[in-house]
Amino acid sequence: MNRLTLWFHRIGSPPTFYRIAGALAPWCFGVAIVLGAVALYGGLVVAPRDYQQGDAYRIIFVHVPCAWMSLFAYIFLAVNAFIALVWRIKLSEVLAMASAPIGAAFTFITLVSGSLWGKPMWGTYWTWDARLTSELVLLFLYLGVIGLHHAIEDRRQAARAASFLALIGIVNVPIVHFSVNWWNTLHQGSTVRLMGESHITGDMVWPLLVMALATHIWFFGSLFARARVGLLELEGGKDWAREIALADVARETTVAAHG
Amino acid sequence: MKPGTTFAACAALLRRDLTLIWRRRGDALNPVLFALIVVALFPLALGPEPENLRRIAAGIVFVALLLSGLLALDTLFRGDYEDGSLEQLVLSPHPLALLLGCKIAVHWLTTALPLLVVAPLLAEMLNLPRAVLPVLLAALALATPLLSLIGAVCVALTVGMRRSGMLLALLVLPLYVPVLIFGAGACNAAQAGLAFAAPLLWLGAGLVLALVLAPLACAAALKISLS
Repeated sequence: MNRLTLWFHRIGSPPTFYRIAGALAPWCFGVAIVLGAVALYGGLVVAPRDYQQGDAYRIIFVHVPCAWMSLFAYIFLAVNAFIALVWRIKLSEVLAMASAPIGAAFTFITLVSGSLWGKPMWGTYWTWDARLTSELVLLFLYLGVIGLHHAIEDRRQAARAASFLALIGIVNVPIVHFSVNWWNTLHQGSTVRLMGESHITGDMVWPLLVMALATHIWFFGSLFARARVGLLELEGGKDWAREIALADVARETTVAAHG
Repeated sequence: MKPGTTFAACAALLRRDLTLIWRRRGDALNPVLFALIVVALFPLALGPEPENLRRIAAGIVFVALLLSGLLALDTLFRGDYEDGSLEQLVLSPHPLALLLGCKIAVHWLTTALPLLVVAPLLAEMLNLPRAVLPVLLAALALATPLLSLIGAVCVALTVGMRRSGMLLALLVLPLYVPVLIFGAGACNAAQAGLAFAAPLLWLGAGLVLALVLAPLACAAALKISLS
């Protein structure tokens, strides 16, 4: 076996991943909080007012990164779901199921921040526009995946069923977006482009991009923390999980004895 | 024992399912009654003005049929799961997707087709303009099999659960959104005097795609939930 496959298999084994994720998660949270604070300062203080939307536009520094994350988390979920179904890798099942609630939270934040922005700008909290509707359907898809995962007793079977649903859902998202787009649209077009020139000034772009980075890192921190719990639940009967549990108990008893 | 041909297996399955439904033919009326009652609720809630009702008639008929189909979905595999014949179906040497396709076809014939038959009555109750009725029927004829096929995949995922009703709705309804948009969109376009061919063609394309893929997905989902 060459070194890369060996490394891959080692990372994929639950005890190793549990350890690595435990080491990485606090760093991810720390970096994400610092970056998020910098981005919020840049977005709320440094960036200039918009000539048309005034200060209200500043919600995009939360809204847009969360909207990106809602899609990123779903793609992450679907990729892991695919791996879990095809290669039956336990870790992928856990990662897929761990990413669903985080994605749902980002989707929810997107919807809430979007409606708060919509009230002063469009004069209404909610409108049946293409992007809003597909984001709402995306939230329902997330909730369906989470609901199915919780409804089945056997953890592995639950993860596989929910993964399958997630894969059906990812086919659905573009179809919904397209169909609603054809039906009705009001949302403004994208202003940030990876290729070519953005329709937005540099002072506004950097906080946005830093915030996007922060949300991505936060996603992984949260993912690691959730995946650790998921792994312990799944592997509760195994030796390595028992060792960790016993070590925790031992530590608590010593603390109690000394305290 | 040598297994029979796949064709014979499908024919036997179709005959069995139809016989089972015929023996309990009273139940077959329930989706129709449900749709009738749902449609009757709307004038009670919105007021009886014909102009108001006419404007939203096609959408209401669509939603009523969709909800009625959703409630009927639960029966697709329930009986077979409880008496164990669903597992025999999975174990049979014939392609599971084909057998499931037969089951879905019977389910559509017995739950959705009666709804299609009463659709003109529902439309008349809501004063839908006569000229729109053919478009509504065409959209429903394309949409209901599509709904049955998509729904069957989700039912297969929840097959072993005791109380799957609300969860099933949560899984299925987001997937129904595009079908509803195109179906009701065609009717609304026809009512407004616009071209309505495009959404109908999209529905047809979706149906063709689902006819091929949904039985396969349904088989895969069933194997997950029976594993």
